Amino acid sequence: MSDARDDGPLAGRPVGRRIVLGMVGLGALGVIFGDHLQNAENSILRPIKEHDPIGLTSLFPAGDTFRFYSITGAEPSRDADNYQLTIGGLVERPTILTLADLDAMPQTALVKDFQCVTGWRVPSVRWSGVALPDLLDHVGVRDGATALRFTSFDGAYTESLTLDQARRRDVLVATQMLGGPVSRSHGGPVRLYVASMYGYKSCKWLGGIELTDQVIPGFWENNGYDVDAWVGKSNGRADAPTA
Amino acid sequence: MGVCLLTAAILYIGPLSTAVGYRADVEWAHVIAGLGLPAPTLLGLASKAFRADVGRLNRFSASDWKWLRARHRWSGDLSVGKFNAGQKLNANFQLGAILVMMLTGSVMRFANHWPIEWRTGATFVHDWAAYAILAVVLGHIYMAMRDPEALRGMRTGYVQAAWAKSEHNAWAENEMRRAEKPSDGEADEARPPAAR
Repeated sequence: MSDARDDGPLAGRPVGRRIVLGMVGLGALGVIFGDHLQNAENSILRPIKEHDPIGLTSLFPAGDTFRFYSITGAEPSRDADNYQLTIGGLVERPTILTLADLDAMPQTALVKDFQCVTGWRVPSVRWSGVALPDLLDHVGVRDGATALRFTSFDGAYTESLTLDQARRRDVLVATQMLGGPVSRSHGGPVRLYVASMYGYKSCKWLGGIELTDQVIPGFWENNGYDVDAWVGKSNGRADAPTA
Repeated sequence: MGVCLLTAAILYIGPLSTAVGYRADVEWAHVIAGLGLPAPTLLGLASKAFRADVGRLNRFSASDWKWLRARHRWSGDLSVGKFNAGQKLNANFQLGAILVMMLTGSVMRFANHWPIEWRTGATFVHDWAAYAILAVVLGHIYMAMRDPEALRGMRTGYVQAAWAKSEHNAWAENEMRRAEKPSDGEADEARPPAAR
């Protein structure tokens, strides 16, 4: 296999191997330093995105827009007519609230960042709805209750908060988000928003709240995420606090 | 690769995610398909002909470099083996890409074994590399669609001698020579072009 115009395996230099090893090396460098590159990319793209009439920049893989996660098939569908929030467990007055009932209660509005535990963060999101402590006062918390269990009407997702966490004024049963009703893909018509914690605490498609005598870890917490999910102080992450 | 790209689109593109749902299942399919990517290559290594082709793809001759720079690549002046330099680049890119995607994908999937910044870095590399792979795969399909004889070669394992002479002259000559001398020790290494 050594003719002058050979097609043999040993003709020329092993460039292919160098390409493959080079790519793996670049990839490894990217894993180690990509954190900084991503931040640099975001800081360049963000001002451009704000003045981008055709939305071309949204094609770039940047880290500051909402990404959709659901643990079940398709999107659960409830609207203003058939939505119900069931509050039970260790409460004085077990209650079922409609969307109209929630809208009739005192409203609380916030503008806060939304930080996902997978790294993306959406700055300055407008939220409003009923502050969870107001809702707790409305139903009355019985002695012995120390925690809340949230269930989603997707039929599968669950979340939890301690009673102390749930009494924070920046925990909302949100009916408005991004300047309009909470859309179906954002967890509408009613979702939880826990401002100071990672996004998985902000249970979408909120269907039920139960007062319990102990914390019952939620869906992602059973899959290894922290129960007390303070932004920047849990899950091994060092993000800037959101609240 | 197709499953990876399809499930990636569902996981990554918001409106598609919303329409399909079942995120955990789609993610599972994506990870399984990704881990399966090297399987055909590893199985192929059992074949002598495949190993010989890997050797061919690895080596770049002087005429490969000229081919990459040339304006008129099929004038017949340049010696082209079984794979031209573009095909060699594509094959090596794909192998490198598979390794990079498996590496970064593993860091993302098994995040708690690594420093947390690595997960962000891995996501960053995985995202951008996916765009590069999509571009190269689309280019690969485009080139294949323009060349029915190459498509037939991939499907059946045979190409016409005239096509081989014009597109892969050095390989064709070598195979012709060997076909005349069946006692050549490596006759089974590559199939001679069918004389139809």
